[in-house]
Amino acid sequence: MSTAITRDYTPGFYEGDRPKVVTSRFEFEDSHTIDRYLATGGYDGLKKAIEMGPEKMAGEVKASTLLGRGGAGFPAGVKWGFTPQGVWPRYLVVNGDESEPGTYKDRLLMERDPHQLIEGCLIASYAAGLSQCFLYVRGEMPLAHERIATALDEAYAEGYVGKNIMGTDFSLDIVLHWGAGAYVVGEETALIESLEGERGMPRLKPPYFPAAVGLYGQPTIVNNVETLANLPFIASKGSDAYTAIGTETSPGTRMVAISGHVKRPGVYEIVNGTTTFRDIIYGDEFCQGIRDDNELKAFVPGGGSAPWFLPDQLDIPFEGKEAGMAGSMLGSGAVMVMDDTTDIPEAALTLVRFYAHESCGKCVPCREGGTWLLRILERVCAGHGTDADLDQILEVGQSICPGDMPHAASERLGLEATPFPYKMTTICFVGPSAYAPLHSALTLFRDEFDAKVVPAPKRISIPVAVAGS
Amino acid sequence: MSSDESNATEPVDATHDDAGHAEQGEEVAEQDVADDVEAAEEPAAEPDPNIVPVTLNGREIEAHKGELVIAAAERHDAYIPHFCYHPRMKSVGMCRQCLVEVDTGRGMQLQPSCMITVSPEMKIETESPTAKRAQEGMIELLLANHPLDCPVCDKGGECPLQDQAYSHGPGESRYVEEKRHFEKPIPISDLVLLDRERCILCDRCTRFADEVAGDKLIHFTQRGNQTQVMTFPDEPFASYFSGNTVQICPVGALTAEPYRFKARPWDLTAEESTCTTCSVGCRVVVQSSRDEILRYQGVDSDPVNHGWLCDRGRFDFEAVNSDLRLTDPLVKTEAGLTPTSWNAALNGAARLITDALAAGGPDSIGLLGGARGTNEDAFAWAQLADALGITYRDAQLGDGLPASILGLNRATIDEAASASTIVLLGPDIKEELPVLYLRLRDAAVEGNSTIVEISSVDTGLTRYAKHSLRHQPGLQADTVQRNSELLTGDDVVVVVGRGNLAESPDETMAALAAVLDANPNAKVLPALRRGNVVGALSVGMAPADDDHDGLATLRAAADGKLELLILLGADPLNDCPDTGLARRALAGARRVISIDTHRSESTQLADVVLAAAAYGEKSGTTTNIEGRVTVLADKVTTTGTARPDWMMAAELALMLDVDGDLVNVSSVDDVTAAIAAEVPAFADVTPAALVAERNGVLAGVVAGTLSDAVSAAGQRNSYDHRLVVGRKLYDRAIGTAMSHSIAKLAPGAAIHLHPLDIDALGASVGDDLQLIGAQATAILPVAANHAVPRGIAWAPFNQDGSVIETLIDATASVTDVKIEVI
Repeated sequence: MSTAITRDYTPGFYEGDRPKVVTSRFEFEDSHTIDRYLATGGYDGLKKAIEMGPEKMAGEVKASTLLGRGGAGFPAGVKWGFTPQGVWPRYLVVNGDESEPGTYKDRLLMERDPHQLIEGCLIASYAAGLSQCFLYVRGEMPLAHERIATALDEAYAEGYVGKNIMGTDFSLDIVLHWGAGAYVVGEETALIESLEGERGMPRLKPPYFPAAVGLYGQPTIVNNVETLANLPFIASKGSDAYTAIGTETSPGTRMVAISGHVKRPGVYEIVNGTTTFRDIIYGDEFCQGIRDDNELKAFVPGGGSAPWFLPDQLDIPFEGKEAGMAGSMLGSGAVMVMDDTTDIPEAALTLVRFYAHESCGKCVPCREGGTWLLRILERVCAGHGTDADLDQILEVGQSICPGDMPHAASERLGLEATPFPYKMTTICFVGPSAYAPLHSALTLFRDEFDAKVVPAPKRISIPVAVAGS
Repeated sequence: MSSDESNATEPVDATHDDAGHAEQGEEVAEQDVADDVEAAEEPAAEPDPNIVPVTLNGREIEAHKGELVIAAAERHDAYIPHFCYHPRMKSVGMCRQCLVEVDTGRGMQLQPSCMITVSPEMKIETESPTAKRAQEGMIELLLANHPLDCPVCDKGGECPLQDQAYSHGPGESRYVEEKRHFEKPIPISDLVLLDRERCILCDRCTRFADEVAGDKLIHFTQRGNQTQVMTFPDEPFASYFSGNTVQICPVGALTAEPYRFKARPWDLTAEESTCTTCSVGCRVVVQSSRDEILRYQGVDSDPVNHGWLCDRGRFDFEAVNSDLRLTDPLVKTEAGLTPTSWNAALNGAARLITDALAAGGPDSIGLLGGARGTNEDAFAWAQLADALGITYRDAQLGDGLPASILGLNRATIDEAASASTIVLLGPDIKEELPVLYLRLRDAAVEGNSTIVEISSVDTGLTRYAKHSLRHQPGLQADTVQRNSELLTGDDVVVVVGRGNLAESPDETMAALAAVLDANPNAKVLPALRRGNVVGALSVGMAPADDDHDGLATLRAAADGKLELLILLGADPLNDCPDTGLARRALAGARRVISIDTHRSESTQLADVVLAAAAYGEKSGTTTNIEGRVTVLADKVTTTGTARPDWMMAAELALMLDVDGDLVNVSSVDDVTAAIAAEVPAFADVTPAALVAERNGVLAGVVAGTLSDAVSAAGQRNSYDHRLVVGRKLYDRAIGTAMSHSIAKLAPGAAIHLHPLDIDALGASVGDDLQLIGAQATAILPVAANHAVPRGIAWAPFNQDGSVIETLIDATASVTDVKIEVI
């Protein structure tokens, strides 16, 4: 019945015999049109929400324990409650600036089911009492932008967005904004700066907690695309139907983007909390194993900024707390798999280069430290490094992330896990993201780094003649 | 410690008031406890809600409510290193240098102390191993790409990065990579150069340009390690306040042309003074090396300038060192003006005065000026004039407003900047009193004040004004009357000055009267721009009546009624709007004594020229627009044999053997004391009080009434344009013209018309147009300017190549010109 669509320009999406919350329409060629959306229960959730009233709808979301999908995994319903009451206007900002290396699940949600996202925005704004919605789409996603723009036109024309939605006194405008291409704008306060027309640089929390002082200084809820895409399901089918999927602490499903050395990379909607990394990488309905049946060497569990996992961690479920205890994070839900042909220092260099390049330049540790790390690592990978350089990496890292760094356990090295999170001297996570994966690579694969360096020449101290001696 | 640092600590001083309150509060509390012995039921005194108890490095301290951790710590002798934090700007938490460990109940966490406000029971560790490691790490990272060119860097020796690298750095760099390279310094404006290699991207200059100056002309470009401060393409950082960015730069990235490579900080000696370039009265520190003034830096005076200066005030020290300074007194001989001894010159001057008195009596002598000098200079000369019976005297030359404005209910700058409504009558504050503009702009931007602007053309504050009412010259009072509902309220301050030199001051005075009619409680801040004009007028240089003011004096001279015209630092040919009158006056006065610092057109026409000590060379006091009297520094010895004006008056008094105290003064302090004794408004301004009060002493106001002024302007012929002549910050005034760095910034003469008016004339921008006035014809190139409404022609005053002044007739209420294409 279902025929997986494959187009050249979209990443692979593979469905399986699993519950579908956000990808239920992906099987249709015209899933992005309003006709298909309405024919498949579209905007029912909004109708239900308006029938329920805002308080009850917000209660449903709270009861569903819907976790934010942007990286922090904070319950969305609780987040909505942080906005001070009676302050007007208050905004919803949709974070569609998905740019974490390895992550491309929001892109599919925006390209293939824009109406679901729009409905999610409407339900969130209705339930949390928000007066306007800004949809920030990453600059490098022109198809997503085009489809959302078309969908918004359709939704406005059909009266789902705009004044007096569906004849009720609920009104909402959704403004579509196209990013200019900066990774850091995925950080919510930098995204707000960018929306305001400023240079995308993060603001410090406190005092700039968006829920209190956000866009244009007003209370603002910033939600990830996938988080909002879950709302139509929760509204139309109820929180019970939602929590029936997944585990108690991590209900529902999750979009996971897998890349790297697997046989079938792509996006999968998995059941939250129970699916293990082994399922994802080796499962038949998922990636079907490592390419050329090579051995797994390491994998990134949650986007480029996450510390790495080893085959030791394969049986950990894809669940935020468990991953945290094991020394990494799930972040934006991107798994990058490295087989035994991988040159670990080179792989780490690729990530460090990205984060050093994407530093906005605001915080010194990220701006200077990130590039310093890059320079050292470049030298090491080019074969000009010394063992002192590897120690220097850890020293520079201490200026970015003071204290213990999270890393995975390794039976091979006899290493216990250090749990997430780390401390940081920067405002946002870009700086630490340059260091955390490098640190875990260096910790777990020190031998590969050592193989690239030579011993540092001994520092010679020049004797100084002291008068009278 | 560098002046920047002393500047940075200033607001802490400013908060001493609160501390004072706190102490008082405690005393009151003790009193309460004493009372409680009788009324035993009373609970113990409530703790002061403005005091937040916190633990700083194990010590219990009392922070102020809402205070930043960094400020509270510094106030309690725990200095936290920082670069981006500046007490007069919003914190951004950019440099991460001020990380300290803070425990708000959730365990110790590294937090930037410039972004965290104190909360009760907060624990702060500024020197814990973790905090120290973070601070050292940050210094190491900042120095990674920072060139080690301290030996040739202007900032070396007063550099916060250098200082803090020593005090809070690791002492050694482990950075062995190639440093970041940029083209070494690039000019970002005519005055400021940027060295991007030295820049540590603290966001101070960019924040200043945006937040404080409102000239968002510099910003970050590129990202990551390549982030750099840059102007927009083809748009230089042409801000009137650009020099402040140089002062607050925590490294040597920004340097200013006038000081670049002139001195090393350790060779400079410094003394606090007050800028007298305009009448805002910004506190400055005058720095010199080898007896030459090399730099002014802003000092944070809470009631006045908050540490900021305008570029004209900051850089016009070059005029003090100018080659065109008068070094010796001159007397006219057959060979022209020739240097002579002071004895001969003063004798010559005394003889001219005696001759004039003999020939025409005291009414045949005119005394103009005093606004460029100190209170003491003006007072001494006014005393001499009093003793001789001279009634023709004025500190203004028809370029300001009648002195009666000083008798009104005067507002302070603080009151203006916190008023609910600020009414602007007249001049472009940004051009005339730049730092007052910063204060008023801040008031409007922060949303505390509403600005109502009533002027003929757009001004610098127009974009911050809630109501901008445009009027044709001559219709200001009418405009006020028709919009009187905007002027109501308890807390209204009128900032009033001379907006249009081609319009009679009566027009402004009539408008002011209309404002006070609509709101009798409104306070007035006189925006008279000349350095010490308020002081000079207050201590005796005000004319007794309109028939003896500056213009009347010049008219009397032009009519041949004056035997002697004494110019006390006055240059009528440049300062009087009606230059035709000034020229006739200098020709008509039989003899002229000029007391001046520089050679000027007017000194060239004098019979005796007395070389005066300039700013920075003489001590004394000055008075700003709000009546604040502050002390001036004599930082360097005078040029040549020049001496202060008061000394010449005292010597002439001796030579002329006049009655009064003037013959007994032997020091400037004697004159200051004499002012306090004899000028009622200055009774509190004693030398002792001036020493005690760092921010100066507010002189009182002798209540007076406004002279009746009625608008007398007729209707404009619709074929004509009505002329508005206003001032730009940079013009041909001595201080600017003699300072080569800023002299070149004067925009030059032109006639500005609305683009549609240019079209209507059939002209194009840059064409020479003929302006036909009632008394003369002038030719000027035309510039398009949207700030000028249709039907109005605007021209800057006193510019190079300026001829617009020849069209101004001081007796006319407005000036209409017919503009023709040649």
